[in-house]
Amino acid sequence: MKVADAAVLLGLEVKAGRQGLDREVLAGYTADLLSDVMARAPRGSLWVTLQTHENVVAVALLIEAAGIVVTGGREPEEAACRRAESENIPLLTTPETSFTISGKLYALLSEKEKSCAGSGPTCTSIPLYHPARERK
Amino acid sequence: MTPPAIVRAAVRAGLDLIGITDHNSAANVEAVLAAARGTPLKVLPGMEVQTKEEVHLVCLFAQAGAALAWQETVYRRLPPRENEEAFFGCQLLLDARGRERGREKRLLLTSTDLTVAEVVEEVLARGGLVIPAHVDRPAYSLIGALGFVPPGLRVEALEVSQPQNAEQVAGALAPGCRLSLVTASDAHSLSDIGRCATGFYLRGAALTELRQALRGAGGRKVVIEQRMWFSP
Repeated sequence: MKVADAAVLLGLEVKAGRQGLDREVLAGYTADLLSDVMARAPRGSLWVTLQTHENVVAVALLIEAAGIVVTGGREPEEAACRRAESENIPLLTTPETSFTISGKLYALLSEKEKSCAGSGPTCTSIPLYHPARERK
Repeated sequence: MTPPAIVRAAVRAGLDLIGITDHNSAANVEAVLAAARGTPLKVLPGMEVQTKEEVHLVCLFAQAGAALAWQETVYRRLPPRENEEAFFGCQLLLDARGRERGREKRLLLTSTDLTVAEVVEEVLARGGLVIPAHVDRPAYSLIGALGFVPPGLRVEALEVSQPQNAEQVAGALAPGCRLSLVTASDAHSLSDIGRCATGFYLRGAALTELRQALRGAGGRKVVIEQRMWFSP
């Protein structure tokens, strides 16, 4: 699943870093203490946070995140958007809470794991039908 | 912790200079300044602001008036929620003799919607200085919340809650980062006052001198004290 797919399926708004939307989402991580994210987030994470500071982008680069999802309807700071744009890190937003969006992302990633089991490298991860897709 | 009791405890702990930095409030700074009049203790008015990122920033001012003006901005940027004394305790406003003047009704124990950079720039513009508090802790700290000190942030120093953590924090700073490290008791009770302290080598206990000492200007310097003798 690419970040672009997750954006459609989760109904995320792309704020910056559109160039990076073809990054592969390998995992998810939800935390607001950047020190914790630096220490524990898996590589390729779609990182769910309500922090909007520019440092979020630097930390995302450090952990080689697939992208950043800012929750709760918070607007990323301008400096964060500029940095995400220049670093090609997708910076996305959602009005939903970290809990809700993490739950949906978890379900997507688990679905992917199931559908990939034994199917080899040709599997497509996106379910054929999804209400969020249907709306588009 | 009444103003006269704070002053007595600080003098007894051998301190020359203290800051009064309540959480998101400066409402008691004048009372402590007044209580210290006629004693050898110098009091700097200030506030510990909790930013939008849940970072605690100690703001210090030269005059109580500047701290109170800053308080107006901070109060405007707090969520419109009332304190619930059963949960959070009462937010007492005291006079110089320690008598209750009233109680702050708005909830102070929360975040403002000011960003770290906004607080730093606003306080500098008002002639104050900003020191991120307890950066060696995971919670409510600049480094804990934001991972590292944002480059270009115009703070004067970083405060560590435990003197023994200074070396580790200094080692983790970006190369070329020239921020001074200080420590303070962050006293929330009388017995904490003087728990740890910083020695400032300067020409008088004033904010301008403090700023220059933090920058190491003109032979001034700051040294984290090892207060092995301290017992509350």
